Amino acid sequence: MSYIENLLKIFISSAIINNIILIQFLGLCSYIGLTDSLPNSIGMSFAVIFVTVSSSILAWMIDNWILIPTGLQPALQITAFILVIGSFVGLVEMYIKKVSPNLYKAMGIYLPLIATNCIILGVTFVNSMNHYDFVESIASGFGIAFGYTIAMLLLAGIRERLRNSDIPEFFKGKPIAFMISGILSLVFLGFSGMIK
Amino acid sequence: MKKLKIIWNAIIPNNPVLIISIGLCSVIAVSNSVKSALLMTFAFSLVQIPSNIIVSALRKVTPNEIRVPIFVSVIAAFTTIAALISQAFFNPIYQVIKLYILLVVVNCIIIGRAEAFAYQNGIFDSFLDGVGNTIGYGLVLVTIAIVRELIGKGTLAGIQILPESYQPMLLMVLPPSGFIMIGLLTGTIETYLRKKGGKK
Repeated sequence: MSYIENLLKIFISSAIINNIILIQFLGLCSYIGLTDSLPNSIGMSFAVIFVTVSSSILAWMIDNWILIPTGLQPALQITAFILVIGSFVGLVEMYIKKVSPNLYKAMGIYLPLIATNCIILGVTFVNSMNHYDFVESIASGFGIAFGYTIAMLLLAGIRERLRNSDIPEFFKGKPIAFMISGILSLVFLGFSGMIK
Repeated sequence: MKKLKIIWNAIIPNNPVLIISIGLCSVIAVSNSVKSALLMTFAFSLVQIPSNIIVSALRKVTPNEIRVPIFVSVIAAFTTIAALISQAFFNPIYQVIKLYILLVVVNCIIIGRAEAFAYQNGIFDSFLDGVGNTIGYGLVLVTIAIVRELIGKGTLAGIQILPESYQPMLLMVLPPSGFIMIGLLTGTIETYLRKKGGKK
C-alpha cells in the first residue's frame, strides 16, 4: 500500500469511522454547550481545526525529540502535553487579538475553551499510542478535527429546527440533544467496517 | 450538618454530570461495562480528592493570574499517578479504557471544582467536596453501566445474571445507547427537580 493511500485511510477513519464525538465521545462539553446556535458552532469548529493540527505537530515533536530519547514518556507525557498545548493556545489567542481583531471576534473567544478541551489532548494521545510518524500525525489531527466539524454542524442544524417544534416536556433542553446524538451515533456506526 | 450538606450538594442538586452536563466524555465512553466503570471511578477519585486538597492548601500562595496553569499541573501530576496505579494493578481493563483515564487531566469536573470550590474554601471542606463529586460522578457512571451491561450482555461485571435463554440486546453496549441513556437520566432528574421546585 502506498504512503498516500495510508494517509487517506488514516484521515477517513479518524473523520468518519471513528468520529471523535459520536463514536469516541470526546469533546462532548462543547458539543452540547455550543450547538444551540449555528454561528457559534462554526466558529468553534474552525478554532478546533486550527488548534488540533498545530498541537498534533507540537506534541509529535515533544514526544519524539524529548520524551522518548530521555525515557521520560510514561511519567511526564501528560504534564508535558497539557502545559505545552495550554501555553500554545494562550500565545495564539494573544497573537490573534493583536494582529486581527476581526478574526479574534470570530474565533478568539473560543480559544480559551479549547485549551482544556478533551479533543486536543485526545488527538495527541491517540497519535502517540498508534506510533504515527510526523505526516501521519497531521493527517490524523486534521481528520479528527474534520469529524468534529461534521458532528457540530449536524447537531447545530437540527437544534435550530427544534427550536420551533413541539417537544414533550420531559425532553426539553438538553435531553433532546442527547437523544438526537444517539440517533446520529447510530448512523455513524453504520460506517464501521468500511475500511479493513 | 453543614459538612454533610457539602457532600449532598455535589451528589444530587449540583450533580456534575446530570445537572451541569460536564465530564460527559468519560461517562458515556466507559459505561458499557461495570468493570470499566468501577476502574474509571477509582481513577477519578485518585485525582479529584487529592487535587482538591492540594489546590486548597496552596490557595493563599497561588497568584490569581496564573492559577489555571497551577491547577492543571497539580491535576496532571495526580492523573499520572492514577494512570500508573491502574496500569500496575488492573492492566487488562486499563488497556481498554487507557485513553479515557489519561484524559481525566482535562476532565471539566476536576478543573471546575478546583476553580469554583477548592480555590475559595478550606482544606477539609475541599476534601468533602472532592468526596461528594466523586460519589456524584461514580453513581451516575455505575448506574448507567449496570443498566447497559445487564441489557446488552445479560451479565454484571462479567458474571451471568439473566438466564442463558435471554437474547442480549447488542445495541446497549454500542456507542449510541450511551447518549440515549444519559438523555433519559438527565430528563428524569430535571423533571424531578422541576416538580420539587414547583411544590415550594
